[in-house]
Amino acid sequence: MEKILLKNADVPNINDVDVYIAHGGYKSLDKIFQMGPAAVLEEVKRSGLRGRGGAWFPAGMKWQFCVEVNKFPKYLIANADEGEPATFKDRPFLEKDPHQLIEGMIVSAYAIGASKGYIYLRGEYPTGYKVLNAAIDQAYKKNLLGNNIKGTDFSFDLAVHRGAGAYICGEASALIESLEGKRGQFRVRPPYMATHGAFGMPTVVNNVETLVNVSHIINGGADWWSSIGSKDSPGPKVFGISGHLQKPGLYELPMGVTLRELIYEHGGGIKDGKELKAVIPGGVSTAMLTPEHLDIKMDVKSLQTAGSAIGSGATTVMSEDACVVHMVWRAMAFFYHESCGRCTPCREGTDWMVKILARIENGEGRMEDLKILEDVCHTIHNNCFCPLGEGAVNPVLSGLKYFRADFEEHIRTRGCPKGLRARARH
Amino acid sequence: MVTLSENTLQEIEKAASKYVDRKSALMAALWAAQAEFGQLSPDVIRAVAEVIGVSNAHAQGLATYHSLYWKKPVGKYVIMLCTNIACTLMGAETLLEHLEKKLGIHEGGTTPDGRFTLQEVECIGSCGNAPAMVINETFYYDLTAEKIDGILEGLK
Ligand SMILES: Cc1cc2nc3c(=O)[nH]c(=O)nc-3n(C[C@H](O)[C@H](O)[C@H](O)COP(=O)(O)O)c2cc1C
Ligand code: FES
Repeated sequence: MEKILLKNADVPNINDVDVYIAHGGYKSLDKIFQMGPAAVLEEVKRSGLRGRGGAWFPAGMKWQFCVEVNKFPKYLIANADEGEPATFKDRPFLEKDPHQLIEGMIVSAYAIGASKGYIYLRGEYPTGYKVLNAAIDQAYKKNLLGNNIKGTDFSFDLAVHRGAGAYICGEASALIESLEGKRGQFRVRPPYMATHGAFGMPTVVNNVETLVNVSHIINGGADWWSSIGSKDSPGPKVFGISGHLQKPGLYELPMGVTLRELIYEHGGGIKDGKELKAVIPGGVSTAMLTPEHLDIKMDVKSLQTAGSAIGSGATTVMSEDACVVHMVWRAMAFFYHESCGRCTPCREGTDWMVKILARIENGEGRMEDLKILEDVCHTIHNNCFCPLGEGAVNPVLSGLKYFRADFEEHIRTRGCPKGLRARARH
Repeated sequence: MVTLSENTLQEIEKAASKYVDRKSALMAALWAAQAEFGQLSPDVIRAVAEVIGVSNAHAQGLATYHSLYWKKPVGKYVIMLCTNIACTLMGAETLLEHLEKKLGIHEGGTTPDGRFTLQEVECIGSCGNAPAMVINETFYYDLTAEKIDGILEGLK
C-alpha cells in the first residue's frame, strides 16, 4: 500500500510550514471552506472513520452529538497521551510531521464548530512539545490558526497542554480533568462530553491518528478513503509492532491486515528464527493470543470475535524464549502503578495480583493462587468506574486461558523455567 | 519561603493566557518550577500554588499524582530506563541490573556525587527500538550494556 499518513514523515524539515505546504499540506482548508461545515461532517460520517485511540467509536457520530448542542465555545482535543504500553504510533505526528495533525484538527474543528483546541501531549515526549509549539506558532503567523482563518469567519485557537506521566490521563474524561488543572480521574457519564466536557462546554476528544486521517478523507474523498482497509473498520492505520521480531517498528498498512502478515511479512518474522509463543494484538490492555490466531484480521470485529481487541493496534510478539508469567507480572506492575486509586477493586486488586504474580514467578506460588487471580479479575470486572482495571484483567485471564500450564509449571517446579525473577518495584 | 524567578513567573503567565481558567496552567507552572529548581520540593509547590491561586493541598496532590514531577532531589543526569513489556522482552531488566551495578545505586536512587539518578519507567514510546532509555531529554535506542557504558562515558 502506498503510504498516506507516514508519506512525508521522513521528508527533511517537514515540520516547517513552508516545506509542509510545498508537499501539498493545508490543501484541505480551501476545500472545506467551499464545502461548509455540514458537508465536511457528512463526508467524515460517510467515510466510516473510527477513532484510533482504543475504543474505535465512529468519529462522525461523536462529532454529530457535539454539533447538536447549542452551547459555545466548543472544544476539540487531540489525545496525544499515547500511554498504552507498546504504543508508539502517534509519535511521528508529534515529533516529525506536526502540521499534518494541526491540519486535521482545523478541518475537524470546522466540522464540529469548535473554536478552541488543545493537544494533550504526554510528558514523556519533550521533543514533541517543542516541535508542536513551533509548528503552532508558524501556523498562527500564516493565519492557518487564530481569528478568521484564511479570511473566512472561522476562528480556531490551538495550544499544547503538557502531561507529566500518568496513564489514566489518556482516558478522555480524565484527560479533561487534567486539562482543567485537576488530578486526572475518570468522570462518570452522564453528563456526556458532547454537552459538558472541558470547562463545562461541548467537547470532542479524538486520538491523534484519528484526526490525522481527516484531511486525507477531505482531499481524497470518503469513497477513496474507505476503499482502503476492511469494511468494518476502513482506512489506513499505523501499526507499531514490537518484541521478538526481526524488524520491529512502525508500518502503515490497511486495516484488516492479518496478524500473520504483520508479523511475518512486515515484521520479518520471529527474531533469531525462533517459534512464536504469544502475541498481544493491541497494547497491554488487550487479551493475548496464540499462534493459532495468526490468520485473524487486525480489525475491530475480527479481534473482538477472537476474544481480544484491536486497542491501539500496538502488537507485541513473544517468542518461545519469553516467559508468559513474567510478562503478565510485568503488565500487572504497570496497572498497579497507574491505578488512580479511586475504585477499591482496581486499586486493591492490581496490588494483590502483582504480588501473587511475583510470587508465582519467584517460585513461591500455590495452586490456589490461580483461582485467587481469577476471582480478583472477576471482582474488578464491571465493578469500577473506568476501564483501566478492565485492561488489567485481560493479560491475566488470557494468560491463564492459553498458558495455564506455564503458570502451573512455575508453581510445581518452584520457579521460572527461564530463570527470570520478578523484582520488587517501587 | 521559595520565590519563583521572574522568568518562571513569565512562563506561568504565558501558559495561563491559554486557558479560560488559570487553574489549568498548574501543570505548566509545575513544569516551569521544576525547570528552575530541578525538583518540586514542598516549598516550591507551595509557591506555585500561590501564583496560580489554588490551595497548597491541591497543588501537592497534583504534583504527587504524576511520575515526571520529581518530588525529591535528582542527579544532574536522570536516567529513565523503560522496563515495560517490549523493552523487558528485549532485555531491559538485565540492563537495569547493569546500571545499578555500574552506578552503585538501586533503582530510584541517586549517586552520592549527585551526577546520576536511575529510574525505571513505563513505556516511553520507543518500543520498535527496544530496549530504550531517556537521559534528561535525549532518547537512546536499541541498547546493550556496552552501548550504555559508552553513553555514560560520553556524559562525564
Ligand atoms: C486507561 C485509558 C487510557 C487511555 N489512553 C489513551 C491514549 O493515551 N491515547 C488515546 O488516544 N486514547 C486513550 N484512551 C481512549 C480514550 O478514552 C478515548 O476513547 C479516545 O481518546 C477517543 O479518541 P478516538 O475516538 O479518536 O479514538 C484511553 C482509555 C483508557 C480507558
Ligand atoms: S515498552 Fe519500552 S519503550 Fe515502549
